[in-house]
Amino acid sequence: MAALSSNLLFVAFILYLIATLFFGGSIKEKKGLSEKKETNKWGKIAVFLTIVGFVSQLGYFITRWIAAGHAPVSNMFEFTTFFGMALVGAFIVIYFIYRTTLLGLFTMPVAILVIAYASMFPRDITPLIPALQSYWLHIHVTTAAIGEAILAISFAAGLIYLVKAIDQTKSSKRTFWLEAVMFSLVTVLGFVAVSSIFSGMGYHEKFNWVDKHDNEAVVEYTMPAIAGPHEGELLTKDGFKPFVEMPAIVNAKKLNTVIWSLIGGIILYGLIRLIIRKRISAALKPLVKNINLDFVDEISYRSVLIGFPVFTLGALIFAMIWAQMAWSRFWGWDPKEVWALITWLFYAAFMHLRLSKGWHGEKSAWLAVIGFVIIMFNLVAVNLIIAGLHSYAGS
Amino acid sequence: MNDVKCECGHVNPHGTVLCEACGKVLDETDNRKELLDMRYEGSARRSQTYNKTIIDKIWNFFSSVKVGVWLIIITLIASILGTILPQEMYINLPPDVYYEQEYGWFGKLYYQLGFHDLYGSWWYLLLIAMIGISLVICSLDRVVPLYKALKAQRVTRHEGFLKRQRVFGANSEAEQTDLETVKKHLQAKRYHVREENGDILAEKNRFSRWGPYVNHIGLIIFLFGGMLRFIPGFYVNEDLWVREGETALVPETNEQYYIKNNQFILEHYDKNNKTFEKALNRAGEVVKNYQSNVVLYQREGEKIPGEKPKLKKLEEYKIRVNQPLSFNGYSVFQSSFKTEFKAMTFALTNKSTNQAFGEVKVDLTNPQEKYDLGNGYSVELLNYFPDFEFDDNGEPSTKSRVPNNPAFIFRMNTPDKPKGETSFVAIRQTIEPFGNNTYKLAFKGIETKNVSGFIVRKDSSLWVFIIGGIIFMIGVIQGAYWNHRRIWVQRKNGQVWIAAHTNKNWYGLKRELEAILAGTKLTMPDDQLQRDKEVKEVV
Amino acid sequence: MKKRRLVMRTIILLILGAAVAYSLYANLTKDTKQKVAVGEKAPDFVLTDMDGNKHRLSDYRGQGVFLNFWGTWCPPCKKEMPYINNQYQQYKDKGVQVLSVDIQESELQVRQFAEHYKLDFPIMIDTDKEVMTAYGINPLPATFLIDKNGEVVKYHTGEMTEKMVREFMEKIKP
Repeated sequence: MAALSSNLLFVAFILYLIATLFFGGSIKEKKGLSEKKETNKWGKIAVFLTIVGFVSQLGYFITRWIAAGHAPVSNMFEFTTFFGMALVGAFIVIYFIYRTTLLGLFTMPVAILVIAYASMFPRDITPLIPALQSYWLHIHVTTAAIGEAILAISFAAGLIYLVKAIDQTKSSKRTFWLEAVMFSLVTVLGFVAVSSIFSGMGYHEKFNWVDKHDNEAVVEYTMPAIAGPHEGELLTKDGFKPFVEMPAIVNAKKLNTVIWSLIGGIILYGLIRLIIRKRISAALKPLVKNINLDFVDEISYRSVLIGFPVFTLGALIFAMIWAQMAWSRFWGWDPKEVWALITWLFYAAFMHLRLSKGWHGEKSAWLAVIGFVIIMFNLVAVNLIIAGLHSYAGS
Repeated sequence: MNDVKCECGHVNPHGTVLCEACGKVLDETDNRKELLDMRYEGSARRSQTYNKTIIDKIWNFFSSVKVGVWLIIITLIASILGTILPQEMYINLPPDVYYEQEYGWFGKLYYQLGFHDLYGSWWYLLLIAMIGISLVICSLDRVVPLYKALKAQRVTRHEGFLKRQRVFGANSEAEQTDLETVKKHLQAKRYHVREENGDILAEKNRFSRWGPYVNHIGLIIFLFGGMLRFIPGFYVNEDLWVREGETALVPETNEQYYIKNNQFILEHYDKNNKTFEKALNRAGEVVKNYQSNVVLYQREGEKIPGEKPKLKKLEEYKIRVNQPLSFNGYSVFQSSFKTEFKAMTFALTNKSTNQAFGEVKVDLTNPQEKYDLGNGYSVELLNYFPDFEFDDNGEPSTKSRVPNNPAFIFRMNTPDKPKGETSFVAIRQTIEPFGNNTYKLAFKGIETKNVSGFIVRKDSSLWVFIIGGIIFMIGVIQGAYWNHRRIWVQRKNGQVWIAAHTNKNWYGLKRELEAILAGTKLTMPDDQLQRDKEVKEVV
Repeated sequence: MKKRRLVMRTIILLILGAAVAYSLYANLTKDTKQKVAVGEKAPDFVLTDMDGNKHRLSDYRGQGVFLNFWGTWCPPCKKEMPYINNQYQQYKDKGVQVLSVDIQESELQVRQFAEHYKLDFPIMIDTDKEVMTAYGINPLPATFLIDKNGEVVKYHTGEMTEKMVREFMEKIKP
């Protein structure tokens, strides 16, 4: 059952990749104003593939649930994969409201990146610690992920808006920041590439090191150590000697992963720039030529409107119910809880700015981007860096 | 500060932008804009019209959405600060030590700034309180005029109002049957259709306009619940440690309830479990279950502290994580456990012959003064240090009453040493203060017992939070998932004018309008906002 | 019309302001709040001393009660015990009773402690921490001064000098 499950996920992943290509193809064809026009043949195939992929991933989810005996949302890999699936699901729903394949072209790569990122974590089925043994866990986590996924659609739409609206003929703060967003996405790809390469090579090296309490410990790196641990002593024979040694309070291993991801990201980004010879956002501009700005703006805002109640329900209300049962208090200022509150406050501010200050269009699109950054921070950084009750076993 | 009478005859409050009844633009400075600003229907928000006394000034401050958004953003940033380092409640050392030790100068600064208890600080509370005030005043200030404006609206609208709606179109050709068809379509789409002199106003989902105010009420109730917690007795949150086999009073229950801990159980996942094999190999031991088997008692009759209670058994229960024991508004949660030393056993032994003369078992919570081993052999306990350390003067002393590190001073009385020999015994060490002894107390074994850590909680404010949460969700869904739509079909200057407005989701409105106008000669009105943009984009 | 609006606004702001002020006040004082406050009736209790005599607080109505909570492991307790004993000798005939409550220790330790410091006043052990809970005590040592009407006159936590002990006893002398 577990093997079948992994295969289904792989199939889904491949289908998403192919669907993205078809989404690209559907844009290339000459079209009028996208609003009323029927989706073309490429687009129809793309949507079909997306749905088949989604069903396949749903199959992964169900089979893994059966294999594990609990809903597969209990570790970093499972949760992130589910988030990717929810993203695809949210896209399918929004697609059937607005019927624009361009949104697919921007959403699917994000979903693919999310799933690829997820698979860099240990994929074993993990047992549940007592606090997680509650069906409220499954309800809370799935609803929260779906809410975040719908909010992420607003990011994709916001991105389309910015690519179209920002003048790429001269460089400005806006072009810089938009490019920074693109670079971040490429860096995720860089992380995936670097991790896959080193794990494919089976790279290992061990260090003896001294932690902040002056205890000796052994740490195992799976990537060559650029940043070595505090008073680290290389144990592996042909291991890579660190360039710099970190102080004890810094988690050198995680920092090393970040450095490698950045290197991977920079190389990839450099290669892309070398090939296309302009900013990524500039290269994407022709794709969005036919879309109407108000239309994407509305998709973006609508996604926030649909996603916000779902997010509130999942990430705050259900979370409170579960916390009340597991930890006897519905709110305990755990970092993950606080970041859910921060996300919620942010989108609340977003809606108030839009409603009463008239922050439509580009401002609104930038806010959608920032919102997604906060969600991603909550997913990635809070779990891996800021330890708390929610911290899953990170790599 | 006079009320404004519109040419249609309706009297509007001072500060009204659009006549509540016919929609004519009253504020002439607004007249030049091409499209109307329809927020709050152009009604007179009170905050903007009275600004005389200090009360008005405070009121207007909190009534501003701009202030509200700033409050949200400041709270957001403050909340982020609190997640940089663990908060006080998640650390297990005194904060003045912990932060500096773990995070150096940064930690020290963090502690000195008071960020170790950021969410309990007065200024964070003040921020939340100000958001609460802002919620109340903003809502009051807007919902009343909006309600009045929506209630006062007439079917027939002023030309300027219609023309400057975002979706607007004029038709010169129209048949009477067209209007009938439109009406039928509107009704089929669940519009509430009103007619006046052949003019039509179709409206639906007006209730969605109240969504924001409903959810604000929910939030206010939620915050009110937080305030209730400060009232004594409303919120009980106590730690309770109970050793296996002991019965303890449940705190804050007016000495009513007692709990006996029969057994604490700690289970790990089976390493041979097929499903989790790989994960367990990587992570090591993973806890499967924390459980305390307890008996709940209620006291019978009157009693004052110190008296032995008469207890009536209420129920047996297995308290596990996620499965608290609940009774009479109280809940007892499994929160932690520890293992304590219970008893230590020594054998009185002759050091040279290794012959033993009986065993001494010292109960660490209730030691005896003298242990008689018979045949003239006995051991006296001269001094007992449950949590042994040397104090500042180098004297043996105890750090606490808990037997974490027990140490003893024994006198061994034997027939051949009638005066007795003194021996200091601690874990892994023996000191003979008065020279070489003939006998020793050889360590034989140690017994432990588990202590269950519970959290006792009573939260009488919980229902307030639940109601607040439900009302918030209703409000937010009401406001987000429905759209207030209005369509005007009116005869002006011998033409049929169509205008439409929605508070959001224009795309959906236009699609609906297409369906409504289908089968008639009436043409689809323009989206004036988009038309303008397109013109600009082409240029 | 305008007047009414001003009155309404004033009332609403006052209510909100009062709620906020109360919350802030309660938040600031939540750590210092005493379970048994000065001026309140001291909760009654009954404990048995080392000689087997029962002591019930309400039986000492008409006398002042110097109620001391302590433990053998607590250094300031060790320091102040002799002072209390000295002053007990001075005041026991003037209507001041000393009741000293050890928190959940073994009889052996308490007896040895009392012998070591030659303490004469009644010492009892709060085995189930019931009295401690009823008085909401933390940290040790803690002293309650209870007057002849059974009302708490003063609550003191931390080490006492002999002078303080005398002043305290003077305070509750009937």
